[in-house]
Amino acid sequence: MFQSPSLKDISGCAIASILNTKGKGIKGDVITSAISVMRERSNGLGGGFAAYGIYPEFKDYYAFHIMFVDESIKESVEAYLQEKMVLVKSEAIPTRKKMSFLNTPLLWRYFLEVPKSKLTSPITEEDYVVSIVMKINKRFNGAFVFSSGKNMGVFKGLGYPEDISRFYRLEEYEGYLWTAHGRFPTNTPGWWGGAHPFALLDWSVVHNGEISSYGTNKRYVETFGYECSLLTDTEVIVYLLDLLIRRHGLPIDIALNALAPPFWAEIDSMDKNMKEALSALRMVYASALLNGPFSIIIANSHMMIGLTDRIMLRPLVAAKKDDFYYMASEEAAIREICIEPDTVWSPKGGEPIVVRMEVRT
Amino acid sequence: MKIDAKGMHYRELNERIHDAVLKGIEEIDIVNVLGQRYIGTGIGQKITINIYGTPGSDLGAFMDGPRINVYGSCQDVIGNTMNDGEIVIHKDAGNVLGLSMRAGKVFIKGSVGYRTGIHMKAYKDKCPVIVIGGKAGDFLGEYMAGGRLVVLGIFGRKKDPVAGRFIATGMHGGTIYIRGNINRSHVANEVCIEEICEEDLPILRKDIEEFCKHFEISDVDSILSGPFIKLVPKSLRPYSKMYAY
Repeated sequence: MFQSPSLKDISGCAIASILNTKGKGIKGDVITSAISVMRERSNGLGGGFAAYGIYPEFKDYYAFHIMFVDESIKESVEAYLQEKMVLVKSEAIPTRKKMSFLNTPLLWRYFLEVPKSKLTSPITEEDYVVSIVMKINKRFNGAFVFSSGKNMGVFKGLGYPEDISRFYRLEEYEGYLWTAHGRFPTNTPGWWGGAHPFALLDWSVVHNGEISSYGTNKRYVETFGYECSLLTDTEVIVYLLDLLIRRHGLPIDIALNALAPPFWAEIDSMDKNMKEALSALRMVYASALLNGPFSIIIANSHMMIGLTDRIMLRPLVAAKKDDFYYMASEEAAIREICIEPDTVWSPKGGEPIVVRMEVRT
Repeated sequence: MKIDAKGMHYRELNERIHDAVLKGIEEIDIVNVLGQRYIGTGIGQKITINIYGTPGSDLGAFMDGPRINVYGSCQDVIGNTMNDGEIVIHKDAGNVLGLSMRAGKVFIKGSVGYRTGIHMKAYKDKCPVIVIGGKAGDFLGEYMAGGRLVVLGIFGRKKDPVAGRFIATGMHGGTIYIRGNINRSHVANEVCIEEICEEDLPILRKDIEEFCKHFEISDVDSILSGPFIKLVPKSLRPYSKMYAY
């Protein structure tokens, strides 16, 4: 299932994203053009996309994108889904069959509803869906859920991002928010499940860098029932977001502050209220702090967020043109799809860029 | 000579530049540049390369003579270990500009990212110079061992400080001039913050005159009137005792 690079070539991952705040549809080939400019940053061992707004006709159902290593595991997972959820529709994810990649799995999508009878207080519908995803990833050997949100989906695999896009026929999809990733695996295997984005419910994350605090973060989320099973550090960021924002109810800005807080020296120089608040946040969420070099793009149905580590060890550039917002590892990727942005800027280390939708989605 | 770089891979583009240099061509215009890396790398001849677009990272790496004009913004690691020549950037530049730069000059009209001038160094008559018209991100002059960094703070986002946090961390050589106010608590302990003196003025005047000439700015004197501060290391070996006890 795994493939390691045969020779070491020094580079870094590529990330890119585009959002239309008014909800206008953007075709999949647009984000593909942007990420392909940064081909040198990846090495063919992972490429992927998250797309929001692509299933309007099924927008009330959870869309599960699942990879299976063979038919038999697919049958057992489908039986499990039938038992736990209401299956509205299932189909193979359309692909270009003639394109060949290493270890291509079976790729299916399912539109699902949570039966009300299964929910007993205090379990919420989202809790229930998360538990199903964790169960499939951990207990069914050879099945992995790529995404599990409504009106969104993750398309990823073992190849360069532009090839993965062609494979999944992404030019046929239209969404208002796209994120993309070209992978250069460093510490963990290159395989279909280890490609980015990583997603849970409608959260998705693409990441350039590495999470040195992975061990601490992993043990922390495990105490809340999340199980890391995709062999890559980025996975834990998604679970931290779900824990801090959905389950603990932290506002977005505060949750991001817990992931990349100011240095103690900076906290010490703040006024009394801020000092107390941020000290408390750092202490309570010490195990949620992401250490190590990273730039990440986080998305959900309502927003796109860019964040780097506090000392900017990985690059991130943002731009705006009318109601379109862009983020990428390199400015060239943005200019490929937007020749003359209104503004182009790079955030400070640890300073999140949060772009919210202007319309309800 | 003109090269249209639209959709061209960086290897092909750089081969064409090197071929042109071998043929003795002295000026090359490259249009539709978008993300191609390593432009100007390793060239020893005193040619001129005019770039229209957004060149990729490592522009001018190991360069030893050419003049590069960029009519756009630059990405990361510009002038990596550059040995001689000049890079003139008409918009902004990214992170790690002038990494280990050994000589030559870089002028940026706009702002720069993190770690500008990291570990740049001087030797005898070789003295690298970076002049920034806008603002500088964190870690300006990190581990700086020699050469000169000048931050003018004329352009860039109003809300940004002229230089960010962790200024001159690990600096043990060279000089940093900053025009405008900085938060002194962000300057590393191993660095002295000084007022500029008579001896600094001709050096600054020359750098600012060159900067103004490149970007057609006329008010040299008002820029030179400052106020400037100067950062120099307290010691050439600030960590000499770090592992001694």
